[in-house]
Amino acid sequence: MHDRTVAQLMAGLRDKSFSSAELTRCFLDRIGALDEQLNSFISVDEEAALAAATAADARLAASDAGALTGIPIAHKDIFCTDGMRTSCGSRMLDNFIPPYDATLIKRFNAEGAVTLGKTNMDEFAMGSSNESSYYGPVRNPWDTNLVPGGSSGGSAAAVAALLAPAATGTDTGGSIRQPAAFCGITGLKPTYGRVSRLGMVAFASSLDQAGPMAHSAQDCALLLNAMAGHDPLDSTSSPEPTEDYTAQLARQIDGLRIGLPKEYFGEGLDNATAGQIDAALKELEALGATLVEVSLPNSHLTIPTYYVIAPAEASTNLSRFDGVRYGHRCADPVDLHDLYTRTREEGFGDEVKRRILVGTYALSAGYYDAYYKKAQQVRRLIKQDFMHCFEQVDIIAGPTTPGPAFALGAKSDDPVSMYLEDVYTLAVNLAGLPGMSVPAGFVDDKPVGLQLIGRHFDESRLLNVAHQYQQATDWHLRRPASIAGGAA
Amino acid sequence: MISLRPLPPTEAFFLSGLYSMAIEQDDIEKIAELARIRIDQGQIGQVTQRITEILRMVDQLQAVDTSEVQPMANPLDATQILRPDEVTESNRREAFQAIAPAVEDGLYLVPKVID
Repeated sequence: MHDRTVAQLMAGLRDKSFSSAELTRCFLDRIGALDEQLNSFISVDEEAALAAATAADARLAASDAGALTGIPIAHKDIFCTDGMRTSCGSRMLDNFIPPYDATLIKRFNAEGAVTLGKTNMDEFAMGSSNESSYYGPVRNPWDTNLVPGGSSGGSAAAVAALLAPAATGTDTGGSIRQPAAFCGITGLKPTYGRVSRLGMVAFASSLDQAGPMAHSAQDCALLLNAMAGHDPLDSTSSPEPTEDYTAQLARQIDGLRIGLPKEYFGEGLDNATAGQIDAALKELEALGATLVEVSLPNSHLTIPTYYVIAPAEASTNLSRFDGVRYGHRCADPVDLHDLYTRTREEGFGDEVKRRILVGTYALSAGYYDAYYKKAQQVRRLIKQDFMHCFEQVDIIAGPTTPGPAFALGAKSDDPVSMYLEDVYTLAVNLAGLPGMSVPAGFVDDKPVGLQLIGRHFDESRLLNVAHQYQQATDWHLRRPASIAGGAA
Repeated sequence: MISLRPLPPTEAFFLSGLYSMAIEQDDIEKIAELARIRIDQGQIGQVTQRITEILRMVDQLQAVDTSEVQPMANPLDATQILRPDEVTESNRREAFQAIAPAVEDGLYLVPKVID
């Protein structure tokens, strides 16, 4: 039962082919047997998972079930879980047991979903390879010498290896889409503000957004139904009404206009990856869509803009980690200054420190206008580019990443080369748009992701296009060889 | 009082392409102090080099003419949502302090600040 979609598992629970307790036990056993080689989970609480499954079975028996009742889900270790450690991949929060649930967790709990465990991630979601985690790197199930991508690398690897049928992730500059692409799964970053950020450890508040990671667009839609919606406790969450995100899946896409930004197909894109993306676009054309060349002329500015705004907001958000109220505290501080500086030296890893320093510099007196304000101005230009494109087309498509997954250690000593990995994903966060990555083939047995970008709050359209593509292709059904073994 | 070196005077100077934001070890030490992060003396050289590389990449922004562009703080240009000023939260001090490194009589403990 482990190799089924969420939609199939929902049906299986309802027709009593298996119970949630059996299903949960199956995934827990797979985690126990296979995760040693992948390191995709930071925490697993078997007892709590099985208790939630038993409660879900009671709801199913009483016909009091929500759509996801009894479905096991892995949550990125960035979402606060009441009574269960939430580390955010950092030594700073290694001992942090939140006294409350994130709104996203509350919503899944109310649905009756089962929390399997908390997945590994780059420290404070800062990274594109999962190598910055305090708990060690995650390995890609397709080839354990490769990175799974990041920062939601644990979630992507866990789903790809069938250790969980679906997972949650967060995406500040590509952290759902890039690992989804590298691990051959489907991931959606919703519109900024679509999903509550309350209880999601903040990295860059004007960019952060949570979303689903699963095997199919249909599963992502089912998860988004549970996640999306206004939260009065998050003042940046959108009051826009939500919809049933599965309602448009079956719609034909003939007449759909798909924009191909010429900047996403030029220099820097790996040739073999470009070949796979071209084939995917031809498939969409065969389904009736029209391909239109468009331009995002400020694309070359997305990396510099992002690497001012994200570190600036991070340096502000991470100032809360002071060793006083929760989290790590250094031993025997001689005074308050020593307490702060040594706690933060010990608690944060190298990449997090670098970003705090860059952000502090960009916000410091005399430099604010030249860096932060400038980046906010260019950010508007980047958003305007997309708005102009959406006057001509319904969605935008291109590669999720410049190439397939790279080797562990290949870029970990060179921050700027790591930043370049996110060249096609960052702009979506800067513009606040919804974006997806959909499995679209392989290069040397490594998965390739097709990125779909939509208008604000047009998640339904993205999911519709991805679902139609998945009806015509089977890339999302391919499974890595390494997942054999463990309980079935 | 920490002071950073002042910026060169005009945007025109940035646009000239002659300016590069060189940052020195001294600056990194001041920023680290502002950010309350201790950096080991043995690592300061490498940290400076990495941050220099990042800032060099970021400096491409200086060549863009943004004189007519409003800064964008929120991608949806949303304004702050306000709610009625009513107490909706219960006091959970015990639960919050249970996870603190050091508390006493309901207060957070830190090293003595004033002698």
